[in-house]
Amino acid sequence: MGATANFRKAIIFSVLFFYSMLLVKTLSSSPPSSNLQILTAERRIDLTSHIVRVYLTLKVENTGEAPAAEVLLAFSPAQFDHLALVKAAAAVGKKKKKTYLPLEVNPSDHPDAPNGTKYYSISLLKPLGKAESITLEILYMLTHSLEPFPAEISQSESQLVYYHDSAVILSPYHIKQQASMVKTPTSKVESFTRVEPTDRSGTELRYGPYEDRHPYSYSPVIIHLENNNAFAVVEELEREIEISHWGSIQVTEHYKLAHAGARHRGIFSRVEYQSRPSISGVSSFKHLLAELPPRVHSVYYRDDIGNISSSRLRTNSKKSELLIEPRYPLFGGWKATFIIGYGVPLQDFLFESDGGSRYLNYTFGCPLSETVVDKLTIKVVLPEGSKNPSVKAPFTVEQSMETKYSYLDVIGRTVVVLEKKNVVPEHNVPFQVYYNFNPMFMLAEPLMLVSAFFLFFIACIAYLHMDLSIRK
Amino acid sequence: MVAKTEKSAVDLLKSPGMTSLFKSLKLKTKQQELLIRVTILFLVYVLAFITRLFSVLRYESMIHEFDPYFNYRVTQFLTQKGFYEFWNWFDSESWYPLGRIVGGTLFPGLMVTAYLIYRTLQFLRFAIHIREVCVLTAPFFASNTTLVAYFFGKELWDSGAGLVAAVLIAICPGYISRSVAGSYDNEGVAIFALLLTFYLFVKAVNTGSLAFALASAFGYFYMVSAWGGYVFIINLIPLYVMVLLITGRYSMRLYVAYNCTYILGMLLAMQIRFVGFQHVQSGEHMAAMGVFFLMQVFYFLDWVKHLLNDPKLFHTFLRITVTCAVGLGAIALGVGTASGYISPWTGRFYSLLDPTYAKDHIPIIASVSEHQPTAWSSFMFDFHILLFLFPAGLYFCFKRLSDATIFIVMYGLTSMYFAGVMVRLILVATPAVCLISAIAVSATIKNLTQLVRAKSKASHSASGKGTISKASSKGSLDQSLPFQRNGAIALLLGAFFLLSRYAIHCTWVTSEAYSSPSIVLAARGAHGNRVIFDDYREAYFWLRQNTPPDAKVMSWWDYGYQITAMGNRTVIVDNNTWNNTHIATVGRAMSSYEDEAYDIMRSLDVDYVLVVFGGVTGYSSDDINKFLWMVRIGGGVFPVIKEPDYLVNGEYRVDKGAAPKMLNCLMYKLSYYRFGEVTTEYGKPPGSQILYLLGMGLSPASTSAYISMVVVKLIFIKNQIWTKS
Repeated sequence: MGATANFRKAIIFSVLFFYSMLLVKTLSSSPPSSNLQILTAERRIDLTSHIVRVYLTLKVENTGEAPAAEVLLAFSPAQFDHLALVKAAAAVGKKKKKTYLPLEVNPSDHPDAPNGTKYYSISLLKPLGKAESITLEILYMLTHSLEPFPAEISQSESQLVYYHDSAVILSPYHIKQQASMVKTPTSKVESFTRVEPTDRSGTELRYGPYEDRHPYSYSPVIIHLENNNAFAVVEELEREIEISHWGSIQVTEHYKLAHAGARHRGIFSRVEYQSRPSISGVSSFKHLLAELPPRVHSVYYRDDIGNISSSRLRTNSKKSELLIEPRYPLFGGWKATFIIGYGVPLQDFLFESDGGSRYLNYTFGCPLSETVVDKLTIKVVLPEGSKNPSVKAPFTVEQSMETKYSYLDVIGRTVVVLEKKNVVPEHNVPFQVYYNFNPMFMLAEPLMLVSAFFLFFIACIAYLHMDLSIRK
Repeated sequence: MVAKTEKSAVDLLKSPGMTSLFKSLKLKTKQQELLIRVTILFLVYVLAFITRLFSVLRYESMIHEFDPYFNYRVTQFLTQKGFYEFWNWFDSESWYPLGRIVGGTLFPGLMVTAYLIYRTLQFLRFAIHIREVCVLTAPFFASNTTLVAYFFGKELWDSGAGLVAAVLIAICPGYISRSVAGSYDNEGVAIFALLLTFYLFVKAVNTGSLAFALASAFGYFYMVSAWGGYVFIINLIPLYVMVLLITGRYSMRLYVAYNCTYILGMLLAMQIRFVGFQHVQSGEHMAAMGVFFLMQVFYFLDWVKHLLNDPKLFHTFLRITVTCAVGLGAIALGVGTASGYISPWTGRFYSLLDPTYAKDHIPIIASVSEHQPTAWSSFMFDFHILLFLFPAGLYFCFKRLSDATIFIVMYGLTSMYFAGVMVRLILVATPAVCLISAIAVSATIKNLTQLVRAKSKASHSASGKGTISKASSKGSLDQSLPFQRNGAIALLLGAFFLLSRYAIHCTWVTSEAYSSPSIVLAARGAHGNRVIFDDYREAYFWLRQNTPPDAKVMSWWDYGYQITAMGNRTVIVDNNTWNNTHIATVGRAMSSYEDEAYDIMRSLDVDYVLVVFGGVTGYSSDDINKFLWMVRIGGGVFPVIKEPDYLVNGEYRVDKGAAPKMLNCLMYKLSYYRFGEVTTEYGKPPGSQILYLLGMGLSPASTSAYISMVVVKLIFIKNQIWTKS
């Protein structure tokens, strides 16, 4: 699998490389309008964690006649697949009074794009008129983009990874001036592709400045660097949020955690690991931090075979922090599945809207810090008898419905299922689930119990007062 | 605490203070009595349940020890796949490469019970996990046992004895040791089934009722489905019937009870695949069949006696018939055994009758700590005051001999013998000891309170009439025993003191000794904080998550069930020690040189070896401590392994002076791999704990039997997972 993927990547890059050589001469008309041009572009690539964060500052100018309402961002197909999040904001005002207005970003499809280039379009608040310019701040995140090389390391080695990108910014527009800065976690960089002018100092690598690059310019670079951060990837996360109108929300989170870094090779020596922590197993991680809501109660941390005793909970009025330690330190390729559960007070998260319906306001995403979730499923279990559920999420999620039977349920509880792939910590924003609920349903289960006991006692009394013997 | 109040409540029944109180509540005496009895029983029921929850509160809701993990795994399989899949389950994850036909080699009673409870709760929409059901099955059945004990005691003596028996058995450590929450083992339900069968049988003998005999047969069926200990029932009941016949207590009631129970019980028991035709084919079950035929002979003789009115003629006839019957029986048994139709007694059965048998012939049975002969201290630990109430109870039973008391006397005496042979059989003796002691307690207290009440009544009336009338009315009694009332009060107080000591002892034993899951260990840290050691589960979970799904793990058989249940990986041998050769192969691999061991393990297709080593802190039940048993069991099949090779002058040493073969065998190499680099205590050079380890006193005779009695305090165990190639 890995080999073919690499091979494919290599082909893509070589093709792109040749293409970019040819591009300079042959390509004159690109599919989107090229009325826009970028005056200055600055890109900062942050490789300090296993989530690649790219900050892009673009100064866009409209050179054409027609006003432009959207600006396109181009990504190579390889990067597009790993893209977790794209955010854009327009900078308004001068230096001191600079404010940022968030802009809407959507994937946009251009079938005739060269080499399968994928686009995101940023919708501007107001169309850009002739000779006007605007400064855009863009943040995008890539997951699974640091490829461990060597792919297998022993306990005493440190982890090296490849990062592939282009020295110049891939863009459908002409870029007048640009520069890229790459921030590495340590000053240890094995090798990097030079595209002059290239400069390296400490933990920063600088490509550029490059002047007057044509649209779709591409010059691939490979950076081989050391990254010993926790490559914590949750392959699957299922969060179940169960609402009880009796005053509590119960959250249960099923994790399938894996270390996505270089695979561990050979033996694991506990002696070595404990006696020389600074040089042994540096790329492994022992614990993770989960940020839970304030006023959290009855927290548990367990797995299939029982409670995991190594966890610490710190609570204050702002937030609760749960430090969890899997049963063993996670080395590359090792996995751990576990469950975290907790209760939170109902009034902190459930509100009544104007129309009389209720809504749950809860945080999307994974509470673990600096973790990528490959597949996140959120199940909101509404109380029995609730009707007309609807979801309001800040980004697109797949939705479906289920029914769940819990304690003393007769008709079952409606479950709203939300699914999203490739989730990063920046997705931890609130989402809402609206539903209608008649408080009378709250009494159904207590009444059932009361009547059951009542019938039992009646039966006892009846039995004691009846003579069932055949003989007289 | 609760036990104490309840026990006093039993006797408050008869105290004058309470009666006056109840008079104000306008209830008839009978109703009052019923109300109090039901209340006490209910409280005992609850008490029996909650006293077993120490481990859940102190640790967590988890399965304990070794065998329960297998039962839990099977129950999970049953709930996921359904009954038929379970019945036909071939488990390829254990005994690699042989596998195990699980459906045909287990007693399914426990798992099916848990499954049914789980299904019922699911049906009632209680969304609980099967684990919770499994954890709480044993306490639930312990509660039910108290009810059976009450009815049994009532049948044997009176309802007072029944109540005392219920209280005693609810908290008796001998029973609690096998029925705490999480101890999901066969014994948990089997003791209930055992006592129920006995109770119903005694009831059938007492009443001659076919219905009770039938119920007893079903109780027996449940017992057979739950535990191999049913052999005790199928031998005790015939023995009891024999004794009744010999003592001339033959009656139609006995005839009905025994025949119905035996025939139906046997037919029902044959439905359990693991038992099959053993009831007609195995030597252990022949006594019951012999007694069955003897009963028919007796019936026939009875009939003939009825026809013949001449005693002389009858005696001649009797002699001929009995000789013929016994002769025929002996010939049939001889032919059956010789032709191989009737299998001879198994080693386990022999080792019960002769405690030294296992040590010489079957090391695998002898190596298990719970199969060791019982020490006196364990009797004291598990029975406390019952140990000397037991003879007193026997005295009362002999004083009032009936069919029922003969039964309990026989049950008590035989089970006490077996309890002396094997530690684990204390469990079987516990109900009998509790019942007999309850008779002693109840009879004594009843007598004493009668004395006290009679006296107080007399003095009450005497205060009006004067002392002369009192002296005349009870004169004869008073003259013989002048301080009778005071003596009775003193004795009563003494009894209460003893019973409350018993309650305190039971609670203490339960909380300190019997409520540890043995998977998780807890100790006190330097600052008095509680430290949890979870190294077993760490290792098992690592295996579960990070080894290929078809990996084979070799370990000593103790950990087999846990590895398959928690690690979800294939093991070579496990706690179902059905194949001695296979275990011996593993023992041989562990005690061979590395290169030889490697070849053996290659031939077994082993990927991982799991070794538990407690040398870092002196966790004493590690593999080095069990190593001599591996050598013995391995040597029993493969003579290349010789025990003296591992000993220095007959002494087991693991330090520098150990035998050269010991120092180079696989187990030693795995355990002490780079041990010299480990620092265990501050300020001491690395490796210095080897000396400490020697101080633990490892000798060939030291078995883990002792360890289960000691509250183990540890700091850390090292689990070394050794990855090969």
